[in-house]
Amino acid sequence: MKYVNMPVPKTDAMSLVTGKPVYTDDLAPSDCLIVKLLRSPHANAWVEEIKTDAAKKIEGIECVLTYEDVSHKRFTLAGQTAPEISPWDRYIIDKHVRFVGDTVAIVAGETEEAVDKALKRIKVKYRVEDAVLDIHTAKDNPILVHPEEDWYMPIPAGGDNRRNLCSSNVEEVGDVDAMLEKCAYTVDQVYHTKANQQTMMETFRTYCYMDHFQRLTVVSSTQIPFHVRRIVGNALNIPSSKVRVIKPRIGGGFGAKQTSVSEVYPALVTWVTGKPSKIVFSRKESMIASSPRHEMEVHIRMGADENGIVKAIDLYTLSNTGAYGEHGPTTVGLSGHKSIALYRHTEAYRFAYDVVYTNMQAAGAYRGYGATQGIFAVESAADELAHKMGMDPVKFRELNMPMEGEALPGYPDVPINGSCTMDKCLARAKEMIGWDEKYPFRDMGNGKVRGVGIAMAMQGSSIAGLDVGGADIKLNEDGSYTLALGCSDMGTGCDTILAQMAADCLDTDMKNIVVFSVDTDISPYDSGSYASSTTYATGNAVMQACAELRKRIHSFGAQMLEVSVEESDFDGTAVRTEDGKEVTLRQIALKATAGICSELQVVKEYSSPISPPPFMVGAAEVEIDKETGQIDVIDYVGVIDCGTPINPNLARVQAEGGIGQGIGMVLYEDVQYTEKGKIRNNSFMQYKIPNRMDIPSVRIEFESSYEKTGPFGAKSIGELVIDTPCPAIANAVYNATGVRVRELPITPEKVAMGILAKEAGEKV
Amino acid sequence: MLKIKNYVKAESLAQAYELNQKKNAIVLGGMVWLKMGNRNIVTAIDLSGLGLDSITETDEEFVIGCMTSLHAIETHKALNEYTGGAVRESVRHIVGVQFRNCATVGGSIFGRFGFSDVLTMFLAMDTWVELYDRGRIPLTEFVLMEKDNDILVNVIVKKTPLNTVYLSQRNNSTDFPVLTCAVSLIDGEARTVIGARPGKAIVVEDKEGILKGFSEKDPREKKEAAASFAAYAAEQVVTDKNMRASKEYRTLLVKILTRRAWEEIGGRES
Amino acid sequence: MNITFWLNGKKKQAEVEPSELLLDFLRKNSCYSVKRGCETANCGLCTVLMDGRPVLSCSMLAARADGKKIVTLEGMQDEAKEFGAFMANEGSEQCGFCNPGFIMNVFAMLQELEDPTEDEIREYLSGNLCRCSGFVGQTRSILKFLDYKKRQEEGK
Repeated sequence: MKYVNMPVPKTDAMSLVTGKPVYTDDLAPSDCLIVKLLRSPHANAWVEEIKTDAAKKIEGIECVLTYEDVSHKRFTLAGQTAPEISPWDRYIIDKHVRFVGDTVAIVAGETEEAVDKALKRIKVKYRVEDAVLDIHTAKDNPILVHPEEDWYMPIPAGGDNRRNLCSSNVEEVGDVDAMLEKCAYTVDQVYHTKANQQTMMETFRTYCYMDHFQRLTVVSSTQIPFHVRRIVGNALNIPSSKVRVIKPRIGGGFGAKQTSVSEVYPALVTWVTGKPSKIVFSRKESMIASSPRHEMEVHIRMGADENGIVKAIDLYTLSNTGAYGEHGPTTVGLSGHKSIALYRHTEAYRFAYDVVYTNMQAAGAYRGYGATQGIFAVESAADELAHKMGMDPVKFRELNMPMEGEALPGYPDVPINGSCTMDKCLARAKEMIGWDEKYPFRDMGNGKVRGVGIAMAMQGSSIAGLDVGGADIKLNEDGSYTLALGCSDMGTGCDTILAQMAADCLDTDMKNIVVFSVDTDISPYDSGSYASSTTYATGNAVMQACAELRKRIHSFGAQMLEVSVEESDFDGTAVRTEDGKEVTLRQIALKATAGICSELQVVKEYSSPISPPPFMVGAAEVEIDKETGQIDVIDYVGVIDCGTPINPNLARVQAEGGIGQGIGMVLYEDVQYTEKGKIRNNSFMQYKIPNRMDIPSVRIEFESSYEKTGPFGAKSIGELVIDTPCPAIANAVYNATGVRVRELPITPEKVAMGILAKEAGEKV
Repeated sequence: MLKIKNYVKAESLAQAYELNQKKNAIVLGGMVWLKMGNRNIVTAIDLSGLGLDSITETDEEFVIGCMTSLHAIETHKALNEYTGGAVRESVRHIVGVQFRNCATVGGSIFGRFGFSDVLTMFLAMDTWVELYDRGRIPLTEFVLMEKDNDILVNVIVKKTPLNTVYLSQRNNSTDFPVLTCAVSLIDGEARTVIGARPGKAIVVEDKEGILKGFSEKDPREKKEAAASFAAYAAEQVVTDKNMRASKEYRTLLVKILTRRAWEEIGGRES
Repeated sequence: MNITFWLNGKKKQAEVEPSELLLDFLRKNSCYSVKRGCETANCGLCTVLMDGRPVLSCSMLAARADGKKIVTLEGMQDEAKEFGAFMANEGSEQCGFCNPGFIMNVFAMLQELEDPTEDEIREYLSGNLCRCSGFVGQTRSILKFLDYKKRQEEGK
């Protein structure tokens, strides 16, 4: 039986659906100290004095730690391959607090009650300063978010803390201004996307204990176990060899847990006290002090010739990294690199950006990682351009979309577009949504109109030339295999799909493969589960490791049969000769544990020099109440080229989930602040994510290309799928009403007011 | 975190009332709101043992015990027949079934919350509240009173002939409303209620008598009256902005929802 | 204070604090399936059955369990496996963190609604958030499960 491209249920499914205790907080020892944080009520302030004596005296309190108790060597919480392309701008606790929610003190005690009491007893005298709360005035503002002397960027990325700049750059090919000048049609608009919360159902949480070698063990809900090991080492200023990180099942991540949000606090407590400790972020803390999507404002000038061929794109992104720079210099890159390339004839482009510090919650990695923001802008602008020339937006894309074997302008991570069925995706999406019958809108005759909108998207598959996937496969003495992985299954099912690949490579039953992940002491090194890398990079590592192991098993069996490899064959169950001699896998496995000096175990690391993009087309049908502006997404179709879907069911659910998140982003998710810099929607009561009534229909199909460099022809899918809802729905709203909303979210109010303004304008 | 020093499951209303006169005492409803706060409560009084969790229907009225859940009024056949499904419509968007199994009618009404769908709906009926000390008073009066230490025992809906419509606008299907609107003909008399302004629900007084004799009007007149009263309501009702919408949009919604609700009533009447 | 209640069919007595929430009390009693996803009664992860009705254990005082029958997913393992297989077959269980609360409310729905339509399913379960699946896979699981149960009934 073959497993790849089959809808195999996840190997951990039954534990999950029966509610087994497999998550961090289910596993934490009951005698853990409870760790909580005192957080700053001010957006920009200095701790002038902090009195902890009264708090420490409370019965059951183990320690109260302040800025005086932490290492004064800066580090970053960004889960990235080192040296990180994120500024080292943090202490675990700083005297200077830079956003409402920044850490002021760590309290650990035996009970939650004692800790809560202690938090109230800490007396802090702040020197409050004015805060930077607007991205437009952040750059070169006299108020500095990071005035410190020891601010440091391991890799220069155009950052300058004396200018509130986390990063900046200009990339230019051709003379974009001259080319735009020549274009028959141009648009010049600004598109604004807001900060969004990942809101994985399991908030950030970690527990720690000292092991019998006096090493610090960190059990955490994380996407990046190996990076956490390094980050905790940096933060505590101890060798990372003193740290071991274990990842149990985790309740979702979506990039949030690609930043080490919660680990350093209990790590410090356990390191200092020698006692086990745990922190469980409340939802509120997860809303105010975590790692949400970067707010970005994208200014686009885009031009096409008289035939509708896009010739030039000028794109400037202003990104808000908030108080700290995690993922700031890297997310912004995708806003251009994954959007300009959607227009293959682009001859001249400029991609410039500034990433600014503000006294707002630090941003981080959220599925799509900048591409979502850039694609919203470019795919909105593309429709505006098509409308200007009176061309059907689908036709416009047919003329310009990425094609296999052709260029991807501004996308540096492949020399040429090696695998791409965007044309089929577009044709199929158009058909599924019923474009020709429904474009641009249908008046339903009851005050409601239904419009359709479409958008293209691309992402990458792993970070080219940087990130590493690892696989360790060994044959056990009973003929079973253990596949040890260092990537983090966060619910997506990578433990399962990588076992599917291994089973096919080894011609064995999936039941014969035990998957183990992740323990940094045992698992092979892996950068972690982010940047759409697991299927592609770790998948390649699995294939290579299995191929090598297969060879070794064959060779070992041939030796047992006293024949050459050429004279025998290994079919996954036995090594056989043509004349009927055979030795079974089990016999080989057993033999390999006795009196031998070789191992039937292979570890492979894989890093790809390229990052082949997956592609998709999303199409939305929305129904709009012309008076109230109420928007209902009545149908959404996604047609995807992720290469070979290793597990079509899991790929489909990835797509449905990503589209669901995208619908939330475009329609209502918006981290809002007060004038003082406090987050207003800090709960699920105030920050609404879609529920199942909001997403009645999402239909997914695959138009698979075959990516030669991918495992079994696969590319990534995880991030791509969040990229189309923002532009597709914005375009559908425009097609239905004539109202173009360029600042997310597209609320009923914006639509209703837009319709009124338009009517008033028309009457004049 | 909510801190409760003493929990008392009341054995009688008299006992509950007496306990509730003390400082830092509180009567527990469904607790979905209460437990979100950081209150320090000395005495939490639980009425759940007093049989006040059901709806009793007589020929004249529905007596809804204060501990009746929102899900119970949502699924109560007779109450929804009486209101043409408006009661169900008014609560079905509130978070989810589990939430509505916890949240109580008494808690919703006693709280007099600005965002309350429930308050909006009940104000549009011939509703009375039965207070332990003060006895029965109309909800329209109760809604204007300051919170005190009395105990809301029952919510009574009189079976006065009723034609009612409930509408709301929300940014997301289970979010707080951006605006609520309930209109009704109570024994032929028009009443319009607007809530989530975002202030507390109010009855919009028809001082100009635009809706007077609504039932007797012909379809065209009804339509005109609906539009004209909607415009009047938009002028009268004080709205404001909050995180969910601007003042201007709310005022626009007052006009749209009021007109639609009255058009709906008019359509049914003819 | 002392309460007497039934936990997953077994009569129990326990000492509870006046402020103690049912969610924390249940986890203390090894019902680890009960999860907390928020503090504002909005996510549905903590759903358990109280006298057969789905309630949010995050908003319920443990004291109020006195005299009541409480059922968590630990008490419905066979049913969970049966229905869960339909989720697994769609891949809609994903990270699994919302699964117990969701599945408990599915069971409550099956008790309360007869032959629910897709719209009714979405409305009944709207208080169960899930950030991984986008919900439509969960709906497919339910529809296929309902179909299976119907055929099972017809086969009898």
